[in-house]
Amino acid sequence: MYSDLNRKNTKGFDARLIIYYFALVFIGWITIYSTCYIPDGVNTIFDISKPYCKQLIWIGSSLLIGIVILLIDKQLIQHYAYYFYILCLVLMVLVLVIGTEISGAKAWIKIGEFSIQPTEFMKVATALALAKFFNEGKTSTEKRYVWLIVGGLVLIPIFVIMMQHDAGSALVFASFIILFYREGLSGGLLVLVFIAAFLAVFTLKFNELYAIALLTTVFICFMIKDRVHKKDMQRNIIVFIISIVFVFSVNLLYEHLLEPHQKVRVATILGQTSDPKGADFNLNQSKIAIGSGGFFGKGYLKGTQTKLKFVPEQSTDFIFCAIGEEWGFMGTLVIFYLYLALIYRILSLSEKSRIPFVRHYGYGIAGIIAVHFFVNIGMTIGLVPIIGIPLPFLSYGGSSLWAFTTMLFIFIKLNDN
Amino acid sequence: MQEKKRYIVVLAVLAVLALVYLIRLFNLQVLNKSYKEKANQNALRYITEHPARGLIYDRNDSLLVYNDAAYDIMVVPNELREFDTMELCRVLDITIEEVRKKIDKAKKYSYIVPSLFEQQISKEDYGFLQEKMYEFPGFFVQNRTLRSYPNPIAAHILGYVSEVNDQDMENDNYYQMGDYIGKSGIEKAYETVLRGEKGKRVVLVDVHNREVGRYENGAEDVVAVPGTSIWSTLDMQLQRYGEELMANKRGSIVAIEPKTGEILCIISAPTYDPNLLVGTARPKNYAMLLEDPKKPLFNRALMASYPPGSTFKLANGLIALQDGIVTPTTVYTCSGGGYHIGNHVVHCHNCGGLNIYTAIQRSCNSYFCRAYYNILSNRRKYKNIQEAYTAWLDYMHSMGFAQRYETDLPYELKGSIPTADYFDKKYNKSWNGNTVVSMGIGQGEAAVTPLQMANMLAVIANQGYYIKPHVVKAIGTKDNLNTQFSEKIYSKIDPRHFKTVLEGMKLVVTAGTGRGAQIDGIVVAGKTGTAQNPHGADHSVFALIAPADDPQIVIFCLVENGGFGASVACPIASLMAEKYLKGEVKRTDLEKRMKELYLR
Repeated sequence: MYSDLNRKNTKGFDARLIIYYFALVFIGWITIYSTCYIPDGVNTIFDISKPYCKQLIWIGSSLLIGIVILLIDKQLIQHYAYYFYILCLVLMVLVLVIGTEISGAKAWIKIGEFSIQPTEFMKVATALALAKFFNEGKTSTEKRYVWLIVGGLVLIPIFVIMMQHDAGSALVFASFIILFYREGLSGGLLVLVFIAAFLAVFTLKFNELYAIALLTTVFICFMIKDRVHKKDMQRNIIVFIISIVFVFSVNLLYEHLLEPHQKVRVATILGQTSDPKGADFNLNQSKIAIGSGGFFGKGYLKGTQTKLKFVPEQSTDFIFCAIGEEWGFMGTLVIFYLYLALIYRILSLSEKSRIPFVRHYGYGIAGIIAVHFFVNIGMTIGLVPIIGIPLPFLSYGGSSLWAFTTMLFIFIKLNDN
Repeated sequence: MQEKKRYIVVLAVLAVLALVYLIRLFNLQVLNKSYKEKANQNALRYITEHPARGLIYDRNDSLLVYNDAAYDIMVVPNELREFDTMELCRVLDITIEEVRKKIDKAKKYSYIVPSLFEQQISKEDYGFLQEKMYEFPGFFVQNRTLRSYPNPIAAHILGYVSEVNDQDMENDNYYQMGDYIGKSGIEKAYETVLRGEKGKRVVLVDVHNREVGRYENGAEDVVAVPGTSIWSTLDMQLQRYGEELMANKRGSIVAIEPKTGEILCIISAPTYDPNLLVGTARPKNYAMLLEDPKKPLFNRALMASYPPGSTFKLANGLIALQDGIVTPTTVYTCSGGGYHIGNHVVHCHNCGGLNIYTAIQRSCNSYFCRAYYNILSNRRKYKNIQEAYTAWLDYMHSMGFAQRYETDLPYELKGSIPTADYFDKKYNKSWNGNTVVSMGIGQGEAAVTPLQMANMLAVIANQGYYIKPHVVKAIGTKDNLNTQFSEKIYSKIDPRHFKTVLEGMKLVVTAGTGRGAQIDGIVVAGKTGTAQNPHGADHSVFALIAPADDPQIVIFCLVENGGFGASVACPIASLMAEKYLKGEVKRTDLEKRMKELYLR
């Protein structure tokens, strides 16, 4: 009977997702080994003080978690979704009280040698809770009510994370927009959000006066276009005024809400400051590491920039630098292929699934992985401000690997038919 | 359908994002090449390994120059972090202002390239600092070697090394800022031999500028080749003894082994301690020596030109014999009044009838004036005075006068004996032997260096040839002889005439003006001289060849303002010969007297 179950399971689980998972985890581990590798030195794999040895433990335990998930009843997953969400939220609040601060963010609970970061699990929990709610709430006729709850489910963790001073993780929760869009959020609204984001960046990059000049130009254009329709002209005036208020509030928020180091990072990305020793230093070193890789890379274990610690956080947030340096553009292509294929596979399986819960959950986690991927790589090459979020499956760290393994294997399990 | 469309939109957005990222990465990794260079600047440090300079020994394997370890503190401004300035000041014994000034200066030079912070700190300070180095990020210690002299002698000949200047770096791209180069003497002449080959170590440095290992397992490293040692021709004992004898006097002694042209000692007094021109005290001491009115930096043996004095009579005698003006039996009479040229008289001491032997023995002015006049008036051989004079000058040239030897010695003066053209111009073409007759006895227009005079003695000792005087005997090993200066250069004088002159010189010592030069058991040949000095007391000169029958050493000694040759130069040259030939000096009274003689 057991063998029967096993055969059925292996047949049912999506082999591609599992292959992508193992490929990424493997690349992650050899890269972590490389970043800690000491040229001319002794490099023992079983040295518990070394990250690559710890990562082996994380990988082992993650596989255990994966297997457990594949073995449990998938009904249970849906059933306990809210409880899981609440549990994680409680842990997150607990962090505020008993947490340990690591590089500016009070987001860790220290247990002996190891620290765990509840935020990572909050991402899975939120995806699950949202999926469950969409699944049940869809039947409700009160559409506004649904969006209110959904918004709340996302904003509550964001609020707690902001209190932990962990802006990077907070940003990840914006990834649920993809899910919302798929489930009917107005596309126009998203475009509006993007225009607002553009306006915000424009304001910060130049200043309010330029932004107002730009707005005025656009406004005049629209007024000329709509000169015959009085109603449209009224609408234009209202939008214009709102925009002006928005521009000023952006500056106000930037000045008063962001932490000083975050301000510097934003300013660096916008090209407003150039300080090779300060905020620019990390980005510059990161670009040097990746850029010096060339097409074929310097060869495994031969990267100088990452090994000599010119790149900060090289086994965690900046792990892509080591890949870019040692494997070159070829490595870049492989990494992009694996992530894009993974995301595409999740999305297409979600789309094919007849169970709405699976589809909701799939879109949720595809968004999370995509945002992690694009933000993480974007920050190493200067497309995104440097905010510390890991590269899923690759970066060193137990919480992150556990959480992403849980995230992916729940999806694999849910897709098992 | 609506939902299908949204699925496509999501995929499209992701695809566009991925494309933007890949274009950016392609640009960064493949198209833009500057990051490769930046990476190397970051992580690789090229450390120059300075080899130890070659040692210099004397002809008997005594060490003349060796190397001492020195430690420079370097600073890399970019790597500076907060440190305990007071502590650093205390260790290096400098003030806070100095620290600030030095760091500012280093910053002006470069933020990344190491600059010299403190030069040549002591071994004790180094030992102390080494343990504390981690407290001063941005500083590191570079090992250097400094020249050191166990015996403070032969400063002029050994020369000195100092940091390269812009010109040196332009002339030879081997040199980089802060390298050392031989600036004079043997150090300069044999620079490429002594310096060795610089090595290079490529090391990986981490972001804190700490060395973490070798680059590519040392594949690009180049091992430094230590400089090659040199055996000088100098005899350390003789050199030191000469310097002792010449203490508190001005002048020079040049001793040559005639068969080889090897310089046994070369003394220029006053001299200085070569250790003064080493290390941090160098600039200060150099300025001090430069300003010293006694001019200790001036190498009199090679760069001072003197009227040759009576020792020149030897050369003129040889030419007279060669041209057949006199034979060994020719007799000229010297009537007390001396040699008359019109109403001008060259005084002499009423020598009576003289042949060439006795003329040398008594240093008779009349004899040599007449002989010189007769050389220049020999119309059977030479058409006119110009031709006769030019022929005489040629003889002089062939004995090594009025030229630089350009061997391995520091800068030499050429010396000068005027040409016929010069006198044509000066006397409007109407001149004859009498006009220039004072050169016959070593006065007048001729100017020579002590080295050239010593070389002329070598020609006499070798009976006809000389080997260019040089100062390095062997390179690398003692058996690897330095053969670049072994060519025999023959004079235009027939060998048989030298015996005649040598016989005369023997008489000088046995019964003539140079009796003070006698050494027990050794036949010494000599010639006194008194070089006229328009600025004060005459210079005392003595030329010596010993043993006369099988010359091992020729010595030319000149003591400025020493008066007659017999009084100072003669005993000093004799003591030197005794020291060299016998190993020790028995005439301790004379030695003491000469050492204590104070001439200023």
